Amino acid sequence: MNKRIQRFGVFIIICYLALFVKLNQIQVFQADDLNDNPLNSRVVQREYNRPRGVITSGDNVTLAQSVDIDTDTFKRYRTYPEKDLFGQITGYFSFTFGATGVEKQYTEELSGNTTIQQIRGFTDIFSNQQTVGNVQVTVRKDLQQTARDALKDPRTGADREGSVVLTDPRTGELLAFWSYPSYDPNLISGTDDAVSRASFKLLNAAPGKPMQAKQYQERYFPGSTFKVVTSGVGLQTGKVTPDEPNYPAASQYQPPVGQPIKNFGGEVCGGTLFVILQQSCNSAYAEMGQKTIGGPDMLEGAQNFGFNAPPPIDLPAPGTSTFPAEMTKDPAKLAQASIGQNDVQATPLEMALVAGGVANKGRIMKPHVLKQITDSTGRVIKTGDPETWLTPMDEGNASTLRQAMIGVVTGGTGTPAQIPGYEVAGKTGTAQVGDGTVHTWFMGFAGPPGADPTVAVSVVVLNQKAANNDNTGGVIAGPVAKTVMQKALEIQARGGGSASSTPNTTAPVTVAPNGGQRIGPANNQGNNPTNNPANNPANNPAGQGNGAGPTTVAPPTTRQQGVVSTPSSTPPSTAAPPITATPAPPTSTPVSAAPPTTAGAAPPISTP
Amino acid sequence: MRSARRNTELGLIILVVMITGAAYVLASLSQDAVIPPNVGPFLAVVLALFLVAHVVVRRLAPNADGTLLPMAGLLNGLGFVIIARINEKLAWQQAAWTTFGIAAFCLTLIVVKRARDLDRYRWTLALLGIILLMMPLVPGLGEDHASGSHIWIRLPGGMSFQPGEMAKIVLAIFFASYLVEKRELLAMGGKRIGPISFPELKHIGPVILAWAASLVVLIYQKDLGSSLLFFALFIVMLWVATERFSFVVIGVSLFSAGAYFAYQSFTHVQERVAMWIDPWQDPQGKGFQVVQSAFEMAAGGVGGTGIGLDGRIIIPEAESDFIFAIIAGELGLLGALVVLVAFLLIVGAGLRIAVRSENAFDKLLATGLTALIGVQAFVIIGGVTRLLPLTGVTLPFVSYGGSSLIANYILIALLMRISDETPVLAGTAAGERELVLR
Repeated sequence: MNKRIQRFGVFIIICYLALFVKLNQIQVFQADDLNDNPLNSRVVQREYNRPRGVITSGDNVTLAQSVDIDTDTFKRYRTYPEKDLFGQITGYFSFTFGATGVEKQYTEELSGNTTIQQIRGFTDIFSNQQTVGNVQVTVRKDLQQTARDALKDPRTGADREGSVVLTDPRTGELLAFWSYPSYDPNLISGTDDAVSRASFKLLNAAPGKPMQAKQYQERYFPGSTFKVVTSGVGLQTGKVTPDEPNYPAASQYQPPVGQPIKNFGGEVCGGTLFVILQQSCNSAYAEMGQKTIGGPDMLEGAQNFGFNAPPPIDLPAPGTSTFPAEMTKDPAKLAQASIGQNDVQATPLEMALVAGGVANKGRIMKPHVLKQITDSTGRVIKTGDPETWLTPMDEGNASTLRQAMIGVVTGGTGTPAQIPGYEVAGKTGTAQVGDGTVHTWFMGFAGPPGADPTVAVSVVVLNQKAANNDNTGGVIAGPVAKTVMQKALEIQARGGGSASSTPNTTAPVTVAPNGGQRIGPANNQGNNPTNNPANNPANNPAGQGNGAGPTTVAPPTTRQQGVVSTPSSTPPSTAAPPITATPAPPTSTPVSAAPPTTAGAAPPISTP
Repeated sequence: MRSARRNTELGLIILVVMITGAAYVLASLSQDAVIPPNVGPFLAVVLALFLVAHVVVRRLAPNADGTLLPMAGLLNGLGFVIIARINEKLAWQQAAWTTFGIAAFCLTLIVVKRARDLDRYRWTLALLGIILLMMPLVPGLGEDHASGSHIWIRLPGGMSFQPGEMAKIVLAIFFASYLVEKRELLAMGGKRIGPISFPELKHIGPVILAWAASLVVLIYQKDLGSSLLFFALFIVMLWVATERFSFVVIGVSLFSAGAYFAYQSFTHVQERVAMWIDPWQDPQGKGFQVVQSAFEMAAGGVGGTGIGLDGRIIIPEAESDFIFAIIAGELGLLGALVVLVAFLLIVGAGLRIAVRSENAFDKLLATGLTALIGVQAFVIIGGVTRLLPLTGVTLPFVSYGGSSLIANYILIALLMRISDETPVLAGTAAGERELVLR
């Protein structure tokens, strides 16, 4: 019998070897095919069900968070309390459609999947912490809301299509980043596949492309705002100075071939740089680009300003502004391109970057939305540091151009953008679309008089009724830019939206002498009672309701005397910096120890 | 020598408990990044359970093989961790079943003083085996299962039991007993057709009868896996007992005929075969389990996703029939290899016991019991990996299920009882010497 038993043993070994071979086939040789199989939802699902950090705004409002559920397929899903206000920035995190926006860009960090988070997470396993990362973006809710409201028609209150891009030119931080129409990511991020698909289809078909973040993904004719680029190239090549050349007064410019370039309404204009920029003189700029500067230098110069390359923004799929090379070979086209027509196209972001470059002494900073990423204990994992992207001009030429642009606002087409107490520079633009309407532009920057500009802006309001002069850009887009910049300057003056691009969450919170207001880099609303949960208990339920996310809410480390809010009203923001300050004087006004989160509550808008 | 074997066993048991504990901690970490607070008591209880079994073996079967109990413990522990990761509630039931399994293990060693004593209860056991197999078909006692198979019986308190698991062991004992007595008669040539000589019908009759009976019952109960398992058991035992390959040929022919008949007659068999050949023709429906199982294993690759890190398990029956897919997915090819090797070690130990045993009944019984575990694991792993058509049987020691666990612990206890009765011969020549002695 033993021989048979041994043979049976051999037979069993062969059977198990066959199993092992079959396992190799599945797990090694066919693994890639199986993993990529469209029917295989497990990779998506695993990613979708993983704990995920919150996304907060620059002013600590929760923009995206996970809500726990318990179904066979899902453990949690994403919600976006600010709905369409931040939809194009956060993007969505959908089981059906994957991720877009910040959710896509920082998905590894949000799910705690980066190497540094894994290493830190490993040391944290004894301390009951999730390894997720919380992303704070530079865009502020108050400024975003201001941009949204400012873009509405001031007479009717109706929404107008367009974009508002507000940056800190010194760092590249995007402070407001809005385009209308926008969309509510909650429609796509839910667990109901059918609802997600129906919403996606509907939004895709909707007019105005709500799901497209037009402020950086859509290109428009920049019109006369492009004259800033032409001026900058002229100055930098040395072919244009404040005094030379002095373009002849004319109603049009005739390039060597093709159609003449006419001034708006056939006006006669001409002169030196400051004069022609202030008046937005087409004939002079057509000659400057086509004749004074010439094709090769125009192309190189425009590219130095960021054309023909996607901006290095930390958001997916940025649009590339274009200055096609073939235009430089055709004098007629080059003349048109020099005033922002023909095939020159720019994203609203690009024009904000051009303005920022002039404002920032000739250096265009890399645009970014990342302020910082913290782990669940508040330790900073990553910050959005200022980096130079391009240097289209040296400091002297930038200063000259800045003065020329100040002239546009003080006495040119851009006067509606004036802000009392601040030095505002800008350039207007009105680009004909072809269907009888125009896109109206304003791009510029502002700051305290004599100091470096601290905000740069680009506004485009689409499809306005045709106008016969370039004032349209100033009249329509100018006030939008003014409102947004003014709000930002006020916030900066209070110490918020700090220029420091390396937010230091462990920085001691300074107690201001005037009544104990709390002023810190990440907590700037202490003097804004309307936003303060302590003073406005009605805001608290919203905060409580949102506190169900998977991330643990770090309790405030200090709670000052006079704070009305109970511990249960701790806002869901996990980006709350550990406050290491010595206890504030007992006389301090009520301020919450953690930055307030007023989801759903409109912030005060002051537009004098 | 006795203490050496027992000390090896003790060392392996401690190692296995440590591996189980580490896997449990890892699984828990992947769920909520917290070391489970109950890991200390958990380890203590697991260690205590197996130490009790170990002490019982030390007392009652000091010469028994030292690898069987640790290997069973390893598979049981790994299964528990995976079940806990799929469904916490089932895991604690599984823990209770493990306790009962260890108790049954000890009880078997206490009650069965000598394996060959079982030889006396041949016909009682045959009857018991038939009754166990028939029980689910009794109206009011049987329980309908979602898969359409009728292999469960209801017990008071909402519990259910799979009598077929016990029937396997009982019938293996009966066949060992019957075949030892009749093997010489069976081995004698009867009619000769070509190169194969067939035994006379009167000798093989009872075997074929029992065989057909179990076949009919199993087909009626729609339990293809157990059906295949019984065929394999009978063929292997007949072949080893008679040393006649003709029985294998006859068995395989009969099996093929039976399989063809079942394929023609039952739609659920046709579905299983169709999904074996090409599960992609209905990946969201009938092929769902097999397709998802392939996705699961592919996601693991060589190293695995890590225990608990493959998200929600969406394979139906993941904790029982398809538990191997989860192991292969989360522990990878390497983890799957560990399971395969563990079963091979059990099979190796079992067959070594059979070879060394000097009593024909013991020898045959050990072979049959070993075949049960080895073939059952092969059948279900083969089904999960699509090497074979999918047949619903549990993965011994690993899958969730009380009947299966208790039956398999009894099975291991019987193997160790047989092992204990065999004088241990030192050196590698032992096997050969036994061959000569035979």
